[in-house]
Amino acid sequence: MRLAALLFGAVCGCALAGEIPLAERRSGYDEMSRETRAMQDDDTTNPALFTLMDGEALWNHKEGEQSCAGCHGDAAASMKGVATRYPRVAGGKLINLEQRINACRVQHQKAPALAYESKELIALTTYVARQSRGLPIAVEADAPTRPYLDAGRKLYEQRLGQLNLSCSQCHDDNWGKSLAGSPIPQGQATGYPIYRLEWQGMGSLERRLRNCMIGLRAEPYAYGSPEMVELELYLMWRARGMKLETPAVRP
Amino acid sequence: MAARVVVSVPPSAKRGEVIEIKTLASHTMETGFRHTQTGELIPRDIITQFVCAYNGVEIFRAELFPAVAANPLITFTTVATESGTLEFKWTGDNGYSAAQSASITVT
Repeated sequence: MRLAALLFGAVCGCALAGEIPLAERRSGYDEMSRETRAMQDDDTTNPALFTLMDGEALWNHKEGEQSCAGCHGDAAASMKGVATRYPRVAGGKLINLEQRINACRVQHQKAPALAYESKELIALTTYVARQSRGLPIAVEADAPTRPYLDAGRKLYEQRLGQLNLSCSQCHDDNWGKSLAGSPIPQGQATGYPIYRLEWQGMGSLERRLRNCMIGLRAEPYAYGSPEMVELELYLMWRARGMKLETPAVRP
Repeated sequence: MAARVVVSVPPSAKRGEVIEIKTLASHTMETGFRHTQTGELIPRDIITQFVCAYNGVEIFRAELFPAVAANPLITFTTVATESGTLEFKWTGDNGYSAAQSASITVT
């Protein structure tokens, strides 16, 4: 009840502000405590380190007919910048980085697809995305991508769940204020997969989105569903030009 | 999976300088208070002790409890007194044991 009352107050307290101007965008990193920022900044204290080690081992491990490295060689060179361009349209369909990795496994390695949110898929995705750390997010917004982007924006602005709130009402209109004791971030998807202290582990952007949806008491979209990937695309487009932080640490 | 730990020690320091040591251990730190969806208790599985020795002399020790989060990050400081080796040892439930060492040159 209290949460609902707070949410109600937060939403009605101001007029709809809409999209955040490009210059005013902030990464969730800026909202974090000094300690958590230090944890992310130092490669030896960022707990995603172990996931990166797993990812590197998987990259070089032969699965099915081939290892990732068998085709792509050194990830530091071949995967640089790749994560900044996902989700993207490939083969007439919008796919995210996890789905790209799984497509590669099935088509080229002749290996079974990895389960969503499994340790292996998170490790490979984190390892691939790590190679783009510090590069600006650069998802396409061309003609084939447009319909997906518009659908993603619509989902972002769509009221959901028993609390009947859209993503935009918190993260565009009321960022910087508090929801119960926690600051509301802008929700810029700059560091996924992230190590989240609350999870005590790694998780994808979709896991984080499901978190918010459950908080709204909405039924979350399934992992890898078109709606999820469209939302991911919109979020990455919304963070275009911001630096990728993968693997980020978040409270 | 084998126990994995990472330590960060400055490779060199001036005598008398205060140095910061950072250690990170890969561990689930299962509290022993959680239940599975079918109601069975998940047994406790945590790191219980961490010790650091500087040239064989213990300089830091910590006991860990179920409230400590997964992948414990322990940082502490010490005074660089002489060149040598820092040895780190973690022990815990179910025979968990991990060790790591790092050398430092003190001038």
